[in-house]
Amino acid sequence: MSLVYAGILSHAPGITGRAHLAPNAAVRDAFYACLHKQAAEIRASEAEVLLVVAAEHFANFFMDNMPAYCLGIGEKHTGPIEDSDWLKIEKTTIPGAPEVALKIVKSMLKSVDLAYSEEWQCDHGIMVPLHFLTPNYDLPVIPCNINCQGPPLTPLSRVWQFGQALRQACDEQTERIAIVGTGGISHWPATPDSGKINEDWDREFLQRLMNQDMHKLLAYVDEEVYSQAGQGGFEIRTLIATAAAARGPGELQFYSAELPIFAVGCTVARFEITA
Amino acid sequence: MSLYQVQKFLYNLNREEKLQSRFREDKHATLATYELTDDEFTALASGDIGLLYVFGVNGQILMHYAAFLQIEWFDYLQLMRGGIDKHGPVRAGIYAMTGGGKQFAEAGKTGEES
Repeated sequence: MSLVYAGILSHAPGITGRAHLAPNAAVRDAFYACLHKQAAEIRASEAEVLLVVAAEHFANFFMDNMPAYCLGIGEKHTGPIEDSDWLKIEKTTIPGAPEVALKIVKSMLKSVDLAYSEEWQCDHGIMVPLHFLTPNYDLPVIPCNINCQGPPLTPLSRVWQFGQALRQACDEQTERIAIVGTGGISHWPATPDSGKINEDWDREFLQRLMNQDMHKLLAYVDEEVYSQAGQGGFEIRTLIATAAAARGPGELQFYSAELPIFAVGCTVARFEITA
Repeated sequence: MSLYQVQKFLYNLNREEKLQSRFREDKHATLATYELTDDEFTALASGDIGLLYVFGVNGQILMHYAAFLQIEWFDYLQLMRGGIDKHGPVRAGIYAMTGGGKQFAEAGKTGEES
């Protein structure tokens, strides 16, 4: 099989942009250490391509034509779209993997109505993960988006099928592919409630996710998620898709609700890849 | 009210450096190409974060606009809170969705585009 790594991580812009404002430096640095460890694990997997299942924030897609799912098949991507000083990440060009991406799209179209794009601007949702996972931007990246921002949103049952299709597509490739899903759990980003975190809800979700408890994961409904986990909770789609692709149990490597300045429960985990 | 048009302008502004330059040079001419009410036009031209939040602009769009305006993080949060204090609750969009999910189900039709 060609899927050689599957994991998840947080992507909130405060992780880089407001690092200096974190009062709890020890927890912050422990989080960063886990992200660096995740980068090392991806390198150790000898991945040739990094596919990022993300929840972008109106960097490429708007309500004039909003795809539920889209894969970036361009030769290169750019980012961040945000002010560099604000995000603390310099604007750069990221290599794509057009041949592999196109093969994945063709495979997935057999079972998923997937959009594709040769143009992709990355916002913090991808740039923050890349900042830690491939800081020299020397690993080809395939960006992937699940609409988690502009309702109506794709149902979780379809997200699971998307993850399964992604796994099938990876299995058909000869290239070694790493997948990271990046999204928040409970959070109320960019609103007056920014910094609020429902830790109990997060830990229950992560338990379901690490256990590959598909039935309990798909039992979430958006109305409840919005009520308990905020609009940012809709991003669990990226994490569920990654679990579906990996198939194996997860190992939660880091979780902390003690960094509210980052506006999310900071999370790092990886999954076993099983047949 | 044309929340869709307000957000469309900000979406374009956030991702297009050329538009950012044009907006810096001539705000009124740039905004004139969008179908905005007078209040929306003024709020965008003056960078009124609080009122834009009350209009219902998604924070993921508004946050980037605030960064473009060089507004510090805690000031950004306070401006939104001040907007609610001054103008009342959020009027449309994703943050206006309450009521046990009934409004959520209608969000695609009435929320982001209202």
